[in-house]
Amino acid sequence: MNKKLLTLAITAALGLTATAAQADTLSDIKQRGFVQCGVSEGTPGFAVPDANNEWSGLDVDYCRALASAIFNDPKAVRFTPTTSENRWQTLSAGEVDVLSRTSTWTMTRDTTLGIKFVGTTYYDGQGFLVRKDLGVTSALELGGATVCIESGTTTELNAADYFAANSMEYSPVTFVSQDETLKAFEDGRCDVFTTDASALAGNRLDFAVPDDYVVLPEIISKEPLAVVVRQGDDMWFNVARWTYYALLEAEESGVTQANVDEMLGSDNPGIKRLLGLEGDFGTPMGLTKDWAYQIVKGVGNYSEIFERNVGSGSPIGIARGINALWKDGGLQYSPPIR
Amino acid sequence: MADTIYAYVQTASQEPLPPPGRTTGTIYWIQKNLFSSFSNTLLTVVVGLFLLWLLPILYNFLIGHAVFQGDANTCRINVDGACWVFIGDRIRFITYGFYPPAEYWRPNLVFWVGLALIIPLVWTGVPYKILNAALFFLVFPVFAFILLNGGSFGLLRVPTELWGGLMITLLLAVVGVVGSFPIGVLLALGRRSKLPIIKTFCVLFIELWRAVPLITVLFMVSVMLPLFMPQGTTIDKLLRALVGITVFYGAYMAEVVRGGLQALPRGQYEAASALGLNYWKSMAFIILPQALKYVIPGIVGTLISLVKDTSLVSIIGIFDLLNAIQSAGSDSAWATPTKSITGYAFAIFIFFILCFSLSRYSLYMERRLNTGHKRGN
Repeated sequence: MNKKLLTLAITAALGLTATAAQADTLSDIKQRGFVQCGVSEGTPGFAVPDANNEWSGLDVDYCRALASAIFNDPKAVRFTPTTSENRWQTLSAGEVDVLSRTSTWTMTRDTTLGIKFVGTTYYDGQGFLVRKDLGVTSALELGGATVCIESGTTTELNAADYFAANSMEYSPVTFVSQDETLKAFEDGRCDVFTTDASALAGNRLDFAVPDDYVVLPEIISKEPLAVVVRQGDDMWFNVARWTYYALLEAEESGVTQANVDEMLGSDNPGIKRLLGLEGDFGTPMGLTKDWAYQIVKGVGNYSEIFERNVGSGSPIGIARGINALWKDGGLQYSPPIR
Repeated sequence: MADTIYAYVQTASQEPLPPPGRTTGTIYWIQKNLFSSFSNTLLTVVVGLFLLWLLPILYNFLIGHAVFQGDANTCRINVDGACWVFIGDRIRFITYGFYPPAEYWRPNLVFWVGLALIIPLVWTGVPYKILNAALFFLVFPVFAFILLNGGSFGLLRVPTELWGGLMITLLLAVVGVVGSFPIGVLLALGRRSKLPIIKTFCVLFIELWRAVPLITVLFMVSVMLPLFMPQGTTIDKLLRALVGITVFYGAYMAEVVRGGLQALPRGQYEAASALGLNYWKSMAFIILPQALKYVIPGIVGTLISLVKDTSLVSIIGIFDLLNAIQSAGSDSAWATPTKSITGYAFAIFIFFILCFSLSRYSLYMERRLNTGHKRGN
């Protein structure tokens, strides 16, 4: 009986892997007529329900870019809110085609979960929030400070590492939840609050007087927030990856949502290749020749997406920082389209 | 016949006794209920002081200093009061989730038709109960499904991922309540069955479901179930949650109903048999009507916890009322110090209305069905 069950389980497992290997997500999507995209349940700037009851945010716009590349319609996408607990299973069970959900790219996740990280749409990292009247302008001046930290998180460990590495004394004050930690910081129980920088900027806005607080420029940990697809479907992986690169490439060549039609007349060979006027880079991926034109037309380039959701065009107002293009001193870099 | 003088017969009339103390009126009620003993008086004073301290705070926050007009900036400046404009601005999301605004009439219609069917159904004085029940339990679900989901009769298809907010909460609550009750009754009858297979199955089923927390059940249906399914076939997530909640509470309901069945004197069962009724008839006409009446408080208690537990679906990424409020608040356009607490206050208010009306209805039914079994107050 047990042997039978075991055989059954093994066959089932093999059956599943076999289907996974043959899986052709792109054809499924084309047949279905829309992309299924896993997002978070509400992360300021990355995925939130906006005033018009539509999803908006940086993560959301990436999915709209995918939909534009495939269907030339940024609205051909359905969003599935996922929690940090159920996101991987939602992806591996095929309920979503792609996960664009502020997920940190780590080695363990990459090698053990049966998933592939496509590219880092946002380079996050741990930062510090301080009261302005403290007069501190750099994290290196924080020696002797009391720090409000959520206990049991990597945040706590990163802070310990950072202060030790810079031979500074500090006294941590830990709390079990983020709300509690923030409240304590606002009530003045500590000088510094620390968590991921993208969240800091959003948290700051929840204070009674946001302008009394400032995020320090230092980033003390690596939190690359990346797009994720299932392992074993390289065609789909290519589409997901090059959609991200097209956003970067468009910014690099100065192609925007507003001027993309004008740019069709450009003589620049790079722009011609990007917009599908020279060569055909879409068809080998299973898309059309003008896939990148559709992306920019649908959602704009990376800079536009960044600024309207988390940058200067949004209340959050995060600076580009390490998320700038490589030529501006940042980390966002696309291999050439040629 | 000479008049006999009896020494023990009173000749003068007795002074009237003082009138008894008041037994009606506000003062009597206060004396009896609030200040009848030292400990009672102490309790009254302590609770009174607590309320004196709490109520003004609540009033000031929720009404006095609250922001009823303006925008996010008004709320940002005014940190002492609730930010009701946030609720006002996002009320559509809180009510319907991502449901397309042009189609709001559909959930609205379902809501009003449902209400129009449910009120005469639960109001004992109204006739045509059987027709009414048939409409509500058989026709209405089909009607509601066609209307909400669309895709036929020229209606735009609205997939369940777009449903959300209060709509989902009501849907989960109504389906859960209506579905778990018959499951519970059947399981309770099965558990007392003399047929060993049915009995074992029911016992195992009830104990298994009751031994797992609801959160685990929801995780199982949301995370594990899809892994067992062949690639590409997915069962709707909302449907999975609905089934999970209904079956889970069915198991709880079964034990409440079993309590009623066991409280019934053996004579009732024997009388039913003596009348020549078969098993189902004796259950339907003799046993269950009495047994269920005994356990109305238990049933309603279970239903109330079901209504509240619907908010647990937020952990599997379904936007119920509470989750919709939280998500709406994550929009940086509404980044204000008081929006979260205002949202929670609003959720408390809605859940209170739902649960309190259920509880009142149960009291009404208890009085209505009281045929002399009531033991004390």
